[in-house]
Amino acid sequence: MSSTAIDTTHGHHGEHPHGFVAWAMRWITTTNHKDIGTLYLLFSLLMLFIGGGMAMVIRAELFQPGMQFVRPEFFNSMTTVHALIMVFAMIMPAFAGFANWMIPLQIGAPDMALPRLNNWSFWLLPFAVSLLLLTFFMPGGAPAGGWTLYPPLVLQTGDSFPLAVFAVHMLGVSSILAAINIIVTIMNLRAPGMSLLKMPMFVWTWLITAYLLVLAMPVLAGAVTMLLTDRYFGTSFFSAAGGGDPVLFQHIFWFFGHPEVYIIILPAFGIVSEIIPTFSRKPLFGYAAMVYATASIAFLSMVVWAHHMFTAGMPLAGQMFFMLSTMIIAVPTGVKIFNWTATLWKGSLSFETPMLYALAFLFLFTLGGFSGLMLAIVPADIQYHDTYFVVAHFHYVLVPGALFGAFGGAYYWLPKWTGHMYDEKLGKLHFWLTAIFTNVTFFPQHFLGLAGMPRRIPDYAPQFADFNMISSLGAFGLGLSQLLFVYIIIKCVRGGPKATAEVWDNPAGLEWTVPSPAPHHTFDEPPVIK
Amino acid sequence: MPVGVTATSREVHNLHMMVLWICVIIGAGVYGAMIAAIVKFRKSNGAVPAKFTHNATIEVIWTVIPAAILVAMAIPAAEALIRMEDTRDSGLTIKVTGYQWRWHYDYIDEDVGFFSTLDRESNAARRNDSGIDVRTVDNYLLKVDNDVVVPVNTKVRLLITAGDVLHAWWVPAFAVKKDAVPGFINEAWFNADTVGTYRGQCAELCGMDHGFMPIVVRVVSKEDYDSWLNTQRARVSALTPQ
Repeated sequence: MSSTAIDTTHGHHGEHPHGFVAWAMRWITTTNHKDIGTLYLLFSLLMLFIGGGMAMVIRAELFQPGMQFVRPEFFNSMTTVHALIMVFAMIMPAFAGFANWMIPLQIGAPDMALPRLNNWSFWLLPFAVSLLLLTFFMPGGAPAGGWTLYPPLVLQTGDSFPLAVFAVHMLGVSSILAAINIIVTIMNLRAPGMSLLKMPMFVWTWLITAYLLVLAMPVLAGAVTMLLTDRYFGTSFFSAAGGGDPVLFQHIFWFFGHPEVYIIILPAFGIVSEIIPTFSRKPLFGYAAMVYATASIAFLSMVVWAHHMFTAGMPLAGQMFFMLSTMIIAVPTGVKIFNWTATLWKGSLSFETPMLYALAFLFLFTLGGFSGLMLAIVPADIQYHDTYFVVAHFHYVLVPGALFGAFGGAYYWLPKWTGHMYDEKLGKLHFWLTAIFTNVTFFPQHFLGLAGMPRRIPDYAPQFADFNMISSLGAFGLGLSQLLFVYIIIKCVRGGPKATAEVWDNPAGLEWTVPSPAPHHTFDEPPVIK
Repeated sequence: MPVGVTATSREVHNLHMMVLWICVIIGAGVYGAMIAAIVKFRKSNGAVPAKFTHNATIEVIWTVIPAAILVAMAIPAAEALIRMEDTRDSGLTIKVTGYQWRWHYDYIDEDVGFFSTLDRESNAARRNDSGIDVRTVDNYLLKVDNDVVVPVNTKVRLLITAGDVLHAWWVPAFAVKKDAVPGFINEAWFNADTVGTYRGQCAELCGMDHGFMPIVVRVVSKEDYDSWLNTQRARVSALTPQ
């Protein structure tokens, strides 16, 4: 797709600027779902390296016991901002990118329902992230109270505090707008004949995710606003001295925070549910059960928040409730894992890069699920809580879970986006490097946690040295391997074997009925679903 | 995970091992099925895809069986939890207050209280340009100037709070981890049955020196505890103006 083609379609009246300004204005003012999808995806790739760079600083400092490179307060800023960037600016925009590109193509819609809103949802992000990153240059440094922003510690942040809060607000507004857009699109723009239970799984998971976003993000906005008024307007929501309670913040935060983890993982579930049937050459096993399982996970995710707070001091009955509700989530999650496995069963499997990522997702997300089940057992959680065991657990669900889902999706749909096949050999190399280094990085962290190493510490007793060194070496390898991903994408955009419309071996879905690369405008006439 | 030196810590360790083995067994089944599928049904081996899309019986089975396993796990966990929350009939009560970045201990009714801070040697070695090899430091980062001393085989109740921000008092060998919340008092208890020195750390991010406020509990015989208590009282009265 060339930019001249766009100018003619969107023909502005009057003078046309040329050169860089024209190019920049085309991307800044675009309302096309494919353009915005591309912007989201490229932005999240950039953030992967910024957030990843911070992870490298963390692992470099933890390579050996003793303080070598950074001061403790800067270390705390690194862990805090690494998490905020990875959650709000990397993985969520990555899936928003997939949603923008693929939902209209999969439901046979010409575009998202609210194109201008779509443009704004994306363009809030660079400003929000700039604001967040600028805090590193402010007196007192970047926020260092952890991404969970627990008061009273977070109220000790320097001048950067209001900037960080506004950054979170903007990121939240962006997510809410994107979610509204996705709900409206799915509810109104499906091709004739596509009933809800005929939608592709990726569309289903995003529909449910979007509802979770609309429910959860305003709660976060409320929580950080209360922090702001506590700090500057003399309220005491979270201060016992004025009749408030610091633990109240934790309840509000995790009421957002737990749906948030499913907001991150559900779209990955959707992508994997697209990839596995394609490369098994067999329809998804138990489609209806998958939809119901996703919906139950989403519902349960709203009643388990306090399992993040078992040491905070809670009545016995409360602990019991949150233990049981958390354990119940294992049932629908198990159903999903079993259904994916049953999809593989008696299929005809081939192992292109997207499939490799989907299979690694299946194996390693299950592992993260097991450690999650262990964490649900309250008496044991007392020992695991706030140790590296938890760090290992959530990185297993976020990296081989969400991130591998995104990588798999990127390889799966790259030919559709660019019109070229990516380099399969390099793709496989990228997969094996990433998969091996992910395990080298995060598996030893289980042992560190069980041996008693707390999280968020810049220095540790020498008995933790060996596993930390292994973990750091894995992390450096994992970071470097992602440069290969960038090279593969650039190579694929520039050229490569021409992709057919179907790309893969008879895949299901409307996106494979349009040519590769997908033309700038698709489905001007809605397709008819039998 | 340490087995620890209290009935609770042993119970928690057993629960941990039980859940771990259940996960290993389920994992063997699930991973076995995935690996079998990957090995057997390869296109390169000429596998022909089957057409089935669902099977109600098996779907019900793999919903109900995990639910039953979960119930089986929840029962012992709930029992353990009830015991852990029962702080009645303690022989000694210590008020623990977290500060940035040290702990304060008050032996209620005993007129003994003191701060407990990272010991000097560790504190010097952990500076960025200290030039000290931390491996040569005795119990690097896990040693304090004033240990908490408690008698063996005594139920010790802890009243945990904080003076500034959140902290968490954690000693793995006792399986006690409880947040210290400013303005609120949390309760926890342990009953150590083996004499020894047990080390832990603050487990809730509390700012710059969160990694540098360890906890050391020395469990001693009842006689040693009484003489320690007398020394502490003598020290307090020597410092108090008459």
